[in-house]
Amino acid sequence: MSTLHTVNKSPFEKTSLAACLDHLSAGAAVLLLEDGVYAALTQTSAEGQVKAALDSVKVYALGPDLQARGLSEERVIPGISVVDYAGFVDLAAEHDKVQAWL
Amino acid sequence: MSETIKNFLYLNRRAPYGTIYAWESLEVVLIGAAFDQDVSLAFVDDGVFQLTKGQDTAGVGMKNFSPTYAALGDYEVKKIYIEKESLEERGLSLDDLQHLTWEDEDDDYAEKDSIHLVTRAEMAAIMDGADVVFSF
Amino acid sequence: MPIEVDGKTFETDEEGYLSNINDWVPGVATVMSKEDDLELTDEHWDIINYLREYYEEYQIAPAVRVLTKAVGKKFGKDKGNSKYLYGLFPYGPAKQACRYAGLPKPTGCV
Repeated sequence: MSTLHTVNKSPFEKTSLAACLDHLSAGAAVLLLEDGVYAALTQTSAEGQVKAALDSVKVYALGPDLQARGLSEERVIPGISVVDYAGFVDLAAEHDKVQAWL
Repeated sequence: MSETIKNFLYLNRRAPYGTIYAWESLEVVLIGAAFDQDVSLAFVDDGVFQLTKGQDTAGVGMKNFSPTYAALGDYEVKKIYIEKESLEERGLSLDDLQHLTWEDEDDDYAEKDSIHLVTRAEMAAIMDGADVVFSF
Repeated sequence: MPIEVDGKTFETDEEGYLSNINDWVPGVATVMSKEDDLELTDEHWDIINYLREYYEEYQIAPAVRVLTKAVGKKFGKDKGNSKYLYGLFPYGPAKQACRYAGLPKPTGCV
């Protein structure tokens, strides 16, 4: 069973990301969207936990949400793939289910 | 209109777009500016994300209200405090934020900086010194 | 109620403000002013165009006192007062000029 986990809350405000990363199984992927994209930035206090997760799972960030917030792709942690809405749909289709961390 | 000038502090702690707080705060500031009060804005925690440069919301179908912060000077809002630690925890520096100014009519319309970078301890003192704090 | 400009229909809200600011053409202001029995002069257009520039830059319609101050700076001190603006737009610069300019109702204007 492969699951796409989505996180739409800022890692600096809510524990949604930390909770998500603590509950990943093999084959899981994480998509950061809305305020969740702040977790994709380098040199933040949340960078360590995201980098650690990249060792075992794929992590994605939604491009339009990065752009809306004035965050360029150069600021995104290497290893995180930036996807558009079509990529989001593909990810949802590739996995058996989608689990949202609100 | 009130006789006593009060010192109002608008405390912004939320990122833009994910929730409505940032835009609501900005609207209240603009409406409140019609009253002659001493207004300051504080950006703390995720609130610092409100002021990032280069916001482009075309892809998410929302109104981009970041250009509106540049109008604050016209509304006599001249004191904008940014917390240094909040920026650093988010991998940001002042260079990543908009440069906000106000025009000093009494000094030949000279453009003066509105943004002041303050430490967490200084921010605590600013909060303590305010007559009223509006939280968003 | 929608308005007709040069054979084209423009949607408005219940207070007569244009539904989509990007639809605006100068004819919108002309048609709206005719409904108010007002003849638009260069002085009116100065304000209407200024309002559109302000919205373009800041994404809001300016409050009346912000507009007054800006008009004084841009078009001369003698024009930077509400008497001048209300002389041009009797229903008020916010209610009338912003509407002609296709802007939404200014924030804080009730």
